[in-house]
This record gives sequence, structure tokens and C-alpha cells, in this order.
Amino acid sequence: MSADHHAQHPTGITRWLFTTNHKDIGTLYLVFAFIMAIVGGTMSLVIRSELWQPGLQLVDPHFFNQMTTAHALVMIFGFAMPAFVGLANWMVPIMIGAPDMALPRMNNWSFWILPFAATLLILGLFMPGGGPAGGWTLYPPLSVQGGIGTDFTLLSIHMLGMSSILGSINIIATILNMRAPGMTLMKMPMFAWTWLITAFLLIAAMPVLAGAITMLITDRHFGTHFFDAAGGGDPVLFQHVFWFFGHPEVYILVLPAFGVFSQIIPTFARKPLFGYASMVYATASIALLSFIVWAHHMYTVGMPMAGELFFMYATMLIAVPTGVKIFNWVSTMWRGSMTFETPMLWSIGGVFTFAIGGFSGLMLAITPADFQYQDTYFVVAHFHYVIFGATIYGLFAAIYYWLPKWTGHLYSETLGKWHFWLTTIGFNLTFFPQHFLGLAGMPRRIPDYALQFTEFNQWSTVGAFLTISAQLIFFYIAIRAMNGGAKATDKVWEGADGLEWTLSSPPPYHSFAVAPKIK
Amino acid sequence: MADAMQDGKPKPRNLQAANRRLALKLAGVTLAMFAFGYALSPMYDVMCRALGLNGKTGRTDVQTVAAQPVDMSRTVTVEFTGLATSGLPWEFKPLTKKMELHPGETLEVKYLVRNLAQEEITGQAIPSVTPGESAPHFKKIECFCFTRQTLKPGETREMPVRFVVDAGLDQDVHTITLSYSFFNIDKVSAQKYGGAALAQGEDHVAHQGHAPAATGG
Repeated sequence: MSADHHAQHPTGITRWLFTTNHKDIGTLYLVFAFIMAIVGGTMSLVIRSELWQPGLQLVDPHFFNQMTTAHALVMIFGFAMPAFVGLANWMVPIMIGAPDMALPRMNNWSFWILPFAATLLILGLFMPGGGPAGGWTLYPPLSVQGGIGTDFTLLSIHMLGMSSILGSINIIATILNMRAPGMTLMKMPMFAWTWLITAFLLIAAMPVLAGAITMLITDRHFGTHFFDAAGGGDPVLFQHVFWFFGHPEVYILVLPAFGVFSQIIPTFARKPLFGYASMVYATASIALLSFIVWAHHMYTVGMPMAGELFFMYATMLIAVPTGVKIFNWVSTMWRGSMTFETPMLWSIGGVFTFAIGGFSGLMLAITPADFQYQDTYFVVAHFHYVIFGATIYGLFAAIYYWLPKWTGHLYSETLGKWHFWLTTIGFNLTFFPQHFLGLAGMPRRIPDYALQFTEFNQWSTVGAFLTISAQLIFFYIAIRAMNGGAKATDKVWEGADGLEWTLSSPPPYHSFAVAPKIK
Repeated sequence: MADAMQDGKPKPRNLQAANRRLALKLAGVTLAMFAFGYALSPMYDVMCRALGLNGKTGRTDVQTVAAQPVDMSRTVTVEFTGLATSGLPWEFKPLTKKMELHPGETLEVKYLVRNLAQEEITGQAIPSVTPGESAPHFKKIECFCFTRQTLKPGETREMPVRFVVDAGLDQDVHTITLSYSFFNIDKVSAQKYGGAALAQGEDHVAHQGHAPAATGG
């Protein structure tokens, strides 16, 4: 193929199979992520349907447990993470004035691992014995039992992790080596900063998960006994290794979303981000601290007092830089000229929702209090508030914000607001009652429950169906915007600032072949 | 497509090389963190031993013990318990349930074990001591848990444990409990006696959704 042919816009299925273009790959990640969101959302509806009433009406407990396990794995590894890698692919090169990602062919492979990994994960559910059913945290001894469905899942997680690691290497190399001249690190958009830090978190944490999973695989099949007491091992070791990964993982999920909020709130407040430098340092602090708090997921395993106290203090400490970020977003809005288009609604709603989750997190951080909350619905409420509040609200904020840039069409603002409000009402209806269920003693990961929990479970189930239904509006909006609508200008938003708004809407297939001048 | 860079930017060849170098370094970090994940396993053992966590007991020998004085000013109660796990068809119990001793004294108790099955079975006992802080001070000179125990069908054995509670034991500790969990070291045999839940490790036997009822008595 000649260079000219390649420079033209490729078409057809081979375009998508072989693309090394960061915009195409970003689109692939986002489309994949939303397909997985449908799968994961369906699983959540199976869960909430069974929990509509006490008793076992719809599914048997083993299948229910497979649903809770798979729902989490699909949502975390199939939806949230690929969606944000997709946003990174689309936006980071443009934001820093680079022509593409540092390693475009590896970028293609990073994406194309995912459909195979997802297939393995789903296939595991159909294997004899079903998929893993002990929760997404895969604790042994339970996870060392179980049939081939568990092996499918473990291999799938290896592949998902590999994709994330390669994607992160690409992002770091792009940001460190390919910024346009004049764009120093401290002039980078916050989305680029949060992704840079997240990418380092990913390459530090994900391989540890790979180690834990490999140890599970060898315990299952190759006669090792890392987690087998009979052989001198210890199941609690798995919990340590897993959560050493698992805690940085949750910050991996939220930090890029924080970057999105830091881009959008200044735009619609028509005011620069308050305290840019402190936002960078706060993000870095959160990332560093995230490595020393892991055992707050394990307060009840029998650690000595000194250990419990250390993790309690460190966990409380991590609330400080997080609080700095929230104060800075609020301060950005203070005395700003605010308008409340859909991206702004998602951003403010996201900060608010995340903050509620942060408060329940502080409650969970207190060791003796956590003895009551551990493994109850209080924890379920907490993590849905922080992940949905930050990651998902952040994702929708980003998509509404940049959709006009990507497609060249304005989306319907009315429909966007409907999507936002129905999702917000539905989400809070689903998860706010779960705080009280947990405090009242309802354990998590159970298909049947004591009678007194019925009413709040019913609120929660109604909310779940409302939330999922509201997403149909989003799919309609997105597909319509891809195919038509009012023409978007280059700048799209009055208060928008950044290199992406200097390009046309949609941007050229290859942008910034010549580096832009940075003020 | 990256060929058209100008404005004093590094030339494409250098940039490609720089990206590759950085990517390789980051891949190295990835591998190092993978190794770190594995290193956590022995590190965990070391930390548990050093901090007396997980009830991992200390070991000592006759000469060291002889050199230490006996603290006659206090007594400590030591209780003994044991469990044969479901995959091990043995009767297993301590012959002494409780004793009073002085820190520094060497004592011996015996556990009785009997193979109830029709075939030879080998077991491994894993000890645990509570409270955790007392575990490093509970030092065993000789114990059946140091080695695997093989019993013929119907065989009965009395197995000794010789130990000393050293004088460094915290003054607040008045009772120590020594517990053993006895495991069948053969996973296929464990599954036969204990059910599919115990099928793990070598010769993994895939099973259908629900574990079959345990066979045998």
C-alpha cells in the first residue's frame, strides 16, 4: 500500500480490524464498553428481580451467585475501564497536540484482546458447573474449587489485565514523549494529568492481580498450595495480594473521571479550574496513598491491633486530598457564570454523588464500625455511590461534552436532560435504601433475605429498572448524534478551552500532523 | 503519517526510538510488579512468623531450653484441641485437655489418632496457637506436626508434642490454646471422604454444579 492510500480515510470492516488511528480505537473501546454495559446491566436486573421479594422465585442460589460475580467483573473490567481507555485514546493525543498515540499498532492489539477476553468471561457461565460464584474478589478456598468456568474467568481476567497494561504503557509514553513544544507538564489539561497518574497506577497494580490469579490457577491445577492451609499456605494471603491490587484499582476507576470533571466544570462556570497545581498534587497523593490502605477491605480477618490502626489512619488520610479536589471543584464554580447543560449536570451530579459515597467510605474506614458494616449492603451502597458517582457520571459527562466534537452534531439537549434526571432519580432510588439495609444487618451476596428487609429491597429493585430503562434514552441520543443533528462548531461550548476545541467538529482523521503552537 | 513533523520537534526516528525505550522500561516495571506479587507470598510468611500472626508457633531445641530458667512466679493454663478435617477419616483428639505450667518448663502432651478407613492414609497436622501474640513464645521441641503421619487401616497411634512456653510471654496472657487441624495430604483421597469441595490441586476432578454426596461412612 502506498503512503497516499493509507493517508485517506479507510473504509469497511478492515478499517476497524486493522486501524492504528487513536480516534477509531477510542470509538471501538467505547462501543465495546457499552455492549458490556448492557450485559452487566442485564445481570444486575437478574439480581434485583430475585431480590424483589424474600424467598427464591426466579433463579437458584448458585446462578444468583454467578450473577453477582459476573456483574461486577463485567462492569469493572468490561465497561468502566475500557470506556475510560477509549476516552483516553480519543482525547489525550488531541489535548497534548500529538498526532496519535506513541505505539499505534500496540494500541490496536490492546483493544482487540478485549472482545476475546469478554467472550471467555461470558462463556464461563455456560460451562459445566457454571462460572465462578464466590464474588468478583475470587477468594480461596472457594475459588480453588469450581469447574472449568472459573478457569475461563481467570484466563479472561489475565487478558483484560494485559489489555489495560499495554494501554497504560501507551498512554504514559504518549504523554511523556509527545506533548507539543511549549506544553509543559504543568500546562497539560487535567484529563491528561489524571490519565498519566492512573496509567502508572495500572502498571503497578494490575500485574499484582495477575500474580494472585496465577497463584489461584496453580493451586487449582498444578499442586501448589499458596492458599491451602493443608499445604502450609493461607487463604488470607490471597486477600492481601488481591487487595494490594484491588485498592489502587478503585482509584484507577475514579481518577480519570475526576479529570473529566476538572475539564467540564471550568467550561460551564466560565472560570479557570481553581488550584490547578493542588489538583495535580492531590491526584498524585491519592495515587500514592492508595498503595498503603488495602487492608481496610480485611478488617475482620484477624489482623493485630497495630495493623488495623495503621490501615484505619491511612484510609482516613486519603480523604484529605480527595476533599481538596472536591473543594476545588466547588471553588471553581464559586462566582462563576454558570449554565447547566447536560455535561455540567453530569459533572456536578457526579461530584455530589461521589461525595455521598465518600462519606459512607469514611464510616467504613473506622475499624470497629466496619466490624458491623463489613459484607453488608452498606458496603454495596458505598461502592456504587463512588463508582457510579465518579466513573459513570464522569463517563456520561465526558460523552455529552465531547460527542459534538466527535460526531460534528449537537445532541438533543432536552433528551440529554431527561437521561440525566431519570438516571439520577433511578440510581438514588436503587442505592440509597441499601445504606439502611446494610445498617439494619442485611448481608450482601445473598439471594434471599429476612422479611423485614422487603420494603427497601423493593424500592431498590424499582430504582434498578428505572435506571437501566433510562439508558435507552442515552443510546437513542448517541446513535442519533452519530447520524445527524444540528451542526456543531469547532468550539461547541462557549467556555471551552483546550486544543481539542481548535480542531473542526468532527476533527480530521489525522490531526496535529504538524504540532500546534502552545501559548 | 508522522513524517510531516516540523517546528524543532524531535525527528520521527528519534521519537519512535524514545517511545520504544520508554515502553520497554515500563514493561520492565510491569514484570517487576508481577514478581513483587509473587514475592508477597514468602514475605507474608516472614511477617507472620516475625509478628506471631496466624498462630504460627516457634520452634526450639533441648539445649536452648535447658539453658533458660523456669519462672516459678506465674502459671499459665494451656488448653489442647484438635480437628480432623472432613477429608481425613481419622479419629483425632488430645489425651490431655488442659494443663497448668510455669513459663520455661518443658512439658509433653500426647494426641491420639486412629485411621478409621480401610486403606492407608497420610495426614499433615497444621498447628495454631491463640492468642496470636503468645504464638512466638510457644516453642515446640518435638511435634507430630513436623512430619507427615501415615497410618495403616485401623492403626492407632499416640503422638507426642514437647514444648515450652518461654518466659518472655506477655504478663497479661493467662491461657493459651493449641489447636491442630489435620488434613489429608492426598486431594483425591480427601475428595472421596469429604466430598467434591475438597477436590483441588493435583488430579483436579471436574464436577457438575452440585457436589455429589460424600461416599463412605
